[in-house]
This record gives sequence, structure tokens and C-alpha cells, in this order.
Amino acid sequence: MGWLAALLTQILHLALVLAAAPLVVGGIRWLKARMMGRQGPHPLQPLRDLAKLLRKRPVLAETASWVSRAAPYLGAAAALAALALVPSFARGMAFAPLGDLVVIAGLLALGRVAMALAGLDAGTAFGGLGAAREMSFAAIAEPAFLLAVLSFAILAGTTGLEPIGALFQEGSLGLRVSLGLALVALLAVAVAENARIPVDNPATHLELTMVHEAMLLEASGRHLALWEAASALRLTLWLALLSAIFFPFGTAPAGFAPLGWLLGIGAWVGKMALLCLALAAFENAIAKMRVFRVPEFLGTALLLGLLGALLLFLSTRLA
Amino acid sequence: MVEPLLPGGEPAILLARVPPRIPAVLTALLLTLGALGLLALAAVPLARFAWGAAVVHGGVLAAALALAGLGLAGLLAGAMPPAALPLSVPTQVAVDALSAWFLLVVGLAATCSALFALAHGARLAPRLLAAYPLFLAGMALALVAADGFTLLLGFEAMSLASWVLVAADHAQAENRRAARLYLAIAVFGGICLVPAFGLLAGVAGDISFAAIRAAPPAGWTAAAVLALVVAGGGAKAGLVPLHGWLPLAHPAAPSHVSALMSGGMTKVSVYVLARVLLDLCGPAQPLWWGVPLLVLGAGSAVLGALRANLETDGKTLLACSTIENIGLICMGLGLAAAFRAADLGVLAALAAGAALLHALHHALFKSLLFLGMGEVLHAAASRHLDRLGGLIHAMPWTAGAVLVGVGAAASLPPLSGFASEWLLLQALLAAWRVQDLAFQVLGVAAVAAAALAAALAAAAMVRLFGLAFLGRPRTPRAAGAQDGPWLARAALLLPAGLTVILGLLPGPMLDLAQGAVQVLVPLGMAERGGMLAVRVGDGGARYLPLAIAALLAAMAALAWWVAKRRAPASVRGPAWDCGFMPPPPHLPFGDPATQPSAAGFGQPLRRMLGGTLLAAREAVAMPPPGDPSPARLTASFADPADGWLLAPLARARDALAARAERLRGLSLGAWLMLPFATLVALLALAAWVGG
Repeated sequence: MGWLAALLTQILHLALVLAAAPLVVGGIRWLKARMMGRQGPHPLQPLRDLAKLLRKRPVLAETASWVSRAAPYLGAAAALAALALVPSFARGMAFAPLGDLVVIAGLLALGRVAMALAGLDAGTAFGGLGAAREMSFAAIAEPAFLLAVLSFAILAGTTGLEPIGALFQEGSLGLRVSLGLALVALLAVAVAENARIPVDNPATHLELTMVHEAMLLEASGRHLALWEAASALRLTLWLALLSAIFFPFGTAPAGFAPLGWLLGIGAWVGKMALLCLALAAFENAIAKMRVFRVPEFLGTALLLGLLGALLLFLSTRLA
Repeated sequence: MVEPLLPGGEPAILLARVPPRIPAVLTALLLTLGALGLLALAAVPLARFAWGAAVVHGGVLAAALALAGLGLAGLLAGAMPPAALPLSVPTQVAVDALSAWFLLVVGLAATCSALFALAHGARLAPRLLAAYPLFLAGMALALVAADGFTLLLGFEAMSLASWVLVAADHAQAENRRAARLYLAIAVFGGICLVPAFGLLAGVAGDISFAAIRAAPPAGWTAAAVLALVVAGGGAKAGLVPLHGWLPLAHPAAPSHVSALMSGGMTKVSVYVLARVLLDLCGPAQPLWWGVPLLVLGAGSAVLGALRANLETDGKTLLACSTIENIGLICMGLGLAAAFRAADLGVLAALAAGAALLHALHHALFKSLLFLGMGEVLHAAASRHLDRLGGLIHAMPWTAGAVLVGVGAAASLPPLSGFASEWLLLQALLAAWRVQDLAFQVLGVAAVAAAALAAALAAAAMVRLFGLAFLGRPRTPRAAGAQDGPWLARAALLLPAGLTVILGLLPGPMLDLAQGAVQVLVPLGMAERGGMLAVRVGDGGARYLPLAIAALLAAMAALAWWVAKRRAPASVRGPAWDCGFMPPPPHLPFGDPATQPSAAGFGQPLRRMLGGTLLAAREAVAMPPPGDPSPARLTASFADPADGWLLAPLARARDALAARAERLRGLSLGAWLMLPFATLVALLALAAWVGG
């Protein structure tokens, strides 16, 4: 029966995150607008946009190859696969043995490369510009992410997401400065990976500052819908990852436990809503930075990750 | 000369009459080596015939297949006792699991290379035809050697034969320069390795591996051996700071040779490093034994990957990526040595397994990429990224195969590059278990370096594929390119298929490499492979590539089902390009200059990291106001190793040569004094050492 419960958890998890993804994007937009004193679009607007785009006829550039047609599916699949591995409301999902932080980094890289290749496919100036910037920023974001992973690996002895979450939920670690540093590093990486302010502005279409949008300029119809869905899934993934590692409170244990699951779903929705609120407040509070200041921003994250790991060595040595 | 092995004279004499039994695998290997030698001899007369090249390349193909098969057989059969070669000088050969693993690696790389040569190498010069089998024979001999002399014989044969191949197109000055530097580095490698084996042999002078293993070096001898082997083997492998020859020499050779040099030859150097430093020097070395390899490997990984983002020549870019991957492999070897010294046997086996697996994976995907670039060079007459573009339309087979290689080199799951890098990262993430604060700090830096190198490599690979194969053609030649003949396509599809399969099955390959890992790390084995997964060890992390691939496929199918259900078919139109005007009729593919250029794509990384690490410079020459001429941006970079190491060395060589030139003016008496003084000095040395 154990595997049945695991499968059920996994299916519920997938349904939950698929429902949450458009709401996360729409919710953040709505919250931002409200904080600025605007009415703002309905939180379900991204879902309506997706439905509209799916019905539209895609126009492909004459110079585009099959890469433009295949890459959206790969990008969406990579984001969805990574999201399927990050626990949301309960442990013991069927795919939990696959849930390794290095593998998740690899899946994110797969989606990133698919998007960069799609940006280069039509041979336009902006697509190449966005691809170059995206790959370059990732070159600093990825080491920062892995240094944060190093801190978890030292504490939990593994890079598996399930054991790390279980250890942090247990609460025996207490508050640690190094974990705080890892959290800040991860937040900075999450902001960069999701092309949010201050690294990139998801609402702009000003060519000179675009990173993410520049690669999607030639996409239309269902291809654009898939890219938008992938980016919503990625944002959900990062928020879910943060809550799974740093705020695992209320997560239901493995096994069949409907009541625990209900509580877990409630706790997860609450955590995600808080994270969305925090992200909206953060984005409203600061301005977008110049493109060539981004390496400094990510370099700081890298140094914080480094510092976190070093502090961990010193503290375990002293203890 | 057989000494009595048993008490009493009679049985010993009996033993002497019966020749030692040579295992079948070893016999077949020696026969293959002999056949390669004969092929090299026959190549020059054969080159006169139109079908001569096909015979030579076909023979090399058969030999390469035999080497790979024998490597596999050796891995399955287990270790074999060393056997003496039937030569006048004392030489010994043996095949243990480590040799067999690298034979498999080199054999597979050579198979792809020979297939490509069979398709495209019909009009090569006789000296190139002769050097090619010799090159493979040298590599194989170095791998099966069981004493220092045979190892160096094979190593130097490999270096010299490949020098002939690097100098193939010697009409161009840059290729002559590359060949000269290549020869100098090869000689330097020999200069370092010969005294290293001298030190290992000790006073007894026995350079067979068995004797060296019995008396491993210690103290300052060990330190000297470490320095000499890292310098000599590292120079041939392309470790910093002696990597400067690699981006020059690998592109200069014909493409099938570039593939074999990058895929095979660098692995032979890695084999020498692993064999001497981890196997021959014994497990009783201190913790710092692995540190040089770890530090130099990390430096090579970052520098090579960054440089790959700045180079504008496709093959040079790939050569820089080779520096990166060799760096990663050496990091694995260095970590294995450190873990072994810290009595962390399971982790040492993990690191060594990661290094061996990455050697195999890199050999295949780098052969594939070099051969793909060779196909591009053949079809579009250029390997400069600014003269290619849009080849995916003209060369769909090549583009598809190269895309697989690009994905593996960018370490994307579920391809092969990710599997070995996952293992390496897991080993690095466990470096803190060594109870030494300095090493722990080094381990953190190494994690950052490995992750940085992997992400930089992904950027470089996107740049390579995006500029050469995607977009619009930048020259008419690129627009008119075509896929190669079926044989050449097979040479690309074979490594591409293997890259996919090995990416899905790292567990069985790791099990296959178990014997080789055991040679490097004798104690502390844990069941790590298995059909479906690779594991870190007791309760640690897991990577299940088949499941990840199935999950990706299922999710892609889900996305396809959702998106395609009621979607209308797509139509074609001119690229929107933010509303820019369509190109004028005389530019059917639009203005090529409105696409990203090779220098432009590298600009963010050049500004972010290039300035500090590679002394990258940008200068904009603006015309004065009112002048309609265009502004010019010039970007350049200089490898620090060239300026700080190679240039002073070249100056020192010139100064020494000028000084030696003065010897010409000496008198006859002084001339006679020189050899006499040398003789006296040598005799004194001999008396001092022997006395």
C-alpha cells in the first residue's frame, strides 16, 4: 500500500503545483499593483492568457528551424520535471528518490539551454543578446546555488531534498548564521533565475534591458504559451524549494494521511502566499539595476554562500 | 637467466624451458600493436595508390575496434600478470583493469576518428598516413606498458607521431608555430618523466612497475616525483599553466586527428598521472599528495571554460573545452588521492570513479564535437564562428549529432556529461569530511570552481551551437553546405548514440570500471553502481538517469498533449525582430551583421570575468562628430600563462642560444677541454652516487 500512497501524493502534488503556478504569477502581479495603489489585473489573468495563446495560430520565423518548435516542449518539460521533485505538502512522494538538488540544478540548466537555443534560432539580434546574458548570469548563479547546497550537504550528509527537508523540520539544528547566509544566497539566485527585479523586469519590453523576454520575442501561439507556463512553473519551483528547505513546517509525513495532507496543503498555501507577498514587496521597494551590475549582485550571493560554508566548518570545529 | 624459483635446481630448469604463458588478451593486443606498426611502414608505398588511404584508415579502424574490444575483455577478465616483450631491451607489458579501461576509452575515440578519416581522408600526404597508425600504436603501447621504459617509449611515440600530424598543414605560419610549441612541450614532458622514473627506480634501477610498487618513494623523493610527474604528465594533458599549446595544436591538425588528440591522447596523459601518482606511488602518501592535481585541475577547469567563451574559432573553442574537462578529471583524481590519505575509502572510490567515467564520456562527446566541426569545415570551408550560421537547415544530420555532444558537454541531464559531473560534484561536496581545515576550505573553493566551470561550459556550448548551426548563414558557403557522405554521418552518429546510452547507463559503466577504481583506491569498496542508479554510498544521494529521462519524456508528452489538443497548425512568416524592416532583395538571408557575432556573444562573460582572469580588453574607436564612418569595437584577451610563463621561457631560450653561439669562437684547446671536463664531472658524480 505504501507505493499507492506515494503515487497518490505525487499526483496530488502535481495537481496542486499546476494549479498554483498561474496563481503565483498572477497573485504577485496583483499584489504589486495593489501596493502601488493600482487596481491591477485579476489574479487569474495568466491562466486566461495561457488559454488564449493556446488557441492562437503560431507564426514561426522563416529562418527558424525545428529547434524553435521542439525547445518550448523541452523547456516546459524540464521545469515541470524539476517541480515534480520538490515536495510541497507531504513527504514520501513517488519521485522523492529522484529529488536531488544537483539533479534539480541540472534540470534547470536544461530548461535554460533550451530557451537560449530557441532565442538564437531565428537569427535576430535581440534573441542572441538575451541568450548571451542569460547564460552569463547563470555562470555565476550556478556556483552560488551549489555553495548553498554545500551547506545543506554538510548538515544533512546528502544532497537529497527529502532528507534535508526532514532534518530541517525536525528542528534539531536550531538557528544558524550559515543557514541564514545560505538563505540569502539562494534568494539572490532565485531572483536571477526567475528574471525578477532587480536583475530583470518581467513586465518590461524595453529591448536594451531585456534578458528573459528577449529570447521569446519570436515565439507566438502555443510556443509562447509553453514558455510562459515554464517561467511560471520555475517561479513556483523556486518558492516551493525555499519553503521546502527553510520553512518545512506543517509538511505531512510519508504515507497515507488525508488529514495531515489537508493540513499540509493549508500550510503550503499559506507559506507560498507569504513568499509571494514578500517578493511583491521586495520588487516594489527596489529599482532594476543595470545589466552589468548584475554580476556584482550574483557575486555577492556567491561570496555569501562561500562564507556560509566556511562558518559551518568553524562552528563544527568549535562545537 | 632464470633464477631457481623452487628449492632444488631441477624444477627451475624445467620452468625455464616452458615459456611463460601469455594471456590471450595480451597476445591479441601485441598482435594489434604489431599490425599498426606494419600499417605505418606500408603507408608510404600504399599512398601512391588511390585506394591506399582507404586501406590505412580501414586498418586503423579495425585496430581501434580491436583495442576497444580488448579493453572491454580485459575489464571483464580481470588483471593479468605482466609479460616480457620479445625485444632485445627489457620491456614488459601487462593489462590490468586501469589499462583496460583506458584502452576502451582510446579505442572508442579512435574508432570514431578512423571512420571519419575513411570518409574524408582520401587525399592525405604519405607522411600523415604513416603517422596516424603510429599515433594510435604509441597510445596503446603507453597504456599496456608494465615498466617505465615501455611507458615512455609509447608516450614519446605518441607525441612524435602526433607532432607530424599537427604539422600537417605546415604551409601556414600559425600551424608551424603551433607544431613548434607542441614539440617543445612534448620534449618538456619527456624531460620531466624520465627523471621521475629514475627517482622511482631508486638505486636498484629496476623500472618495472612491480618493483616500483614494492618500494614506493617517500620524503623528498616522493615530492620530487610528484612535481616532475604533474609537470610532465600535466603538460601533455593540458593542465594550467602548461596548457598554452593545446588551443593552438589541436585545431591545427586535420579534424579526425584533432578528435583523437582531444578524445584519446589527453586521456593517455591522464592515465600516466593516475598510474604513477595513485598506483605506483602507493597508498601511503600524505594528504597533500592530491592537492596539486586538485588545485591545477580547478584552475584548468575555470580557465579553459572561460577561454572557450572568448575564442572565435570553433575548433579552438573545443580545445579550450578540453582543457576544462581535463581539469575536472584531474580534480577527481586529486580528490581520490586526498580521500585515500584520509582513510575515506568509499569517497576515494567515488572520486576516482567520477574521474574515470568522465574520461570515457569526454572522449566520446569531444570526439563527436571535433568530428562535427570537421564536417562543418569540410562543407562550409570555415571553422570561424563568424563565417558560419544556419547550418541546421543545410546539414541536419551533423546538427543533430552535434546537438547531442553540445548537451553532454554542457552537462545537461540525462546525457553522459551530467552523470559524471554529478558524481564529481558529489565527491567535491563531501570534501569537508577530511578533518583538516585547510583542505576543507580548499574543497569549498573547488566546489565553486567546478560549478563555475560547468556553467561556463554550458554558455560556451550554447555559443558554439547557436552561432554555427542556428540563425542565418553568414557567408554564401555556409548557405550552400551539405551533410557528408553516409560514412561520415556514421562517424558522428556512433559517438552521439554512445553519449546518449552511456548517459542513461552510468551505473553499469561504473560497475565495469570497478576494477580500475580498485587499482587506484585499493581499499574501501561500496556497491555504487547498479542498473538504474549511481549512488554516493551509505544512505547518500542518488542519481537515477533512466527515471529522470522517463520523467522528462512524460512531462514533454503532457505538455505536447495540452498544447496540441486544439491548436491550429503553425505558419511561416518573416522574423518579427522587434519590427525591424525586412532585408533588401540582394540579401536573401538578411544582413548577417544583424545577428549576434562570436565576440558579441562572449561580451557579458568577457566583461564579467575575462578582465581579471584573461586580461581581456575592449576598445571603442569612435569617429569624430560629423564623420559618417562606423565606430569600431576591438576586443582582445591574453592568456596569463602565455605572458607569464611561455614568453619569459622563450626569452630565456633566446638568451641561452645567443650565449651558446659564442662557443663557436672557442679555440681547439678549449673545445677539447669541454668533453674532458664533462667526462670528469660525470665520473665524479658516478663515484659519489655509487660510493
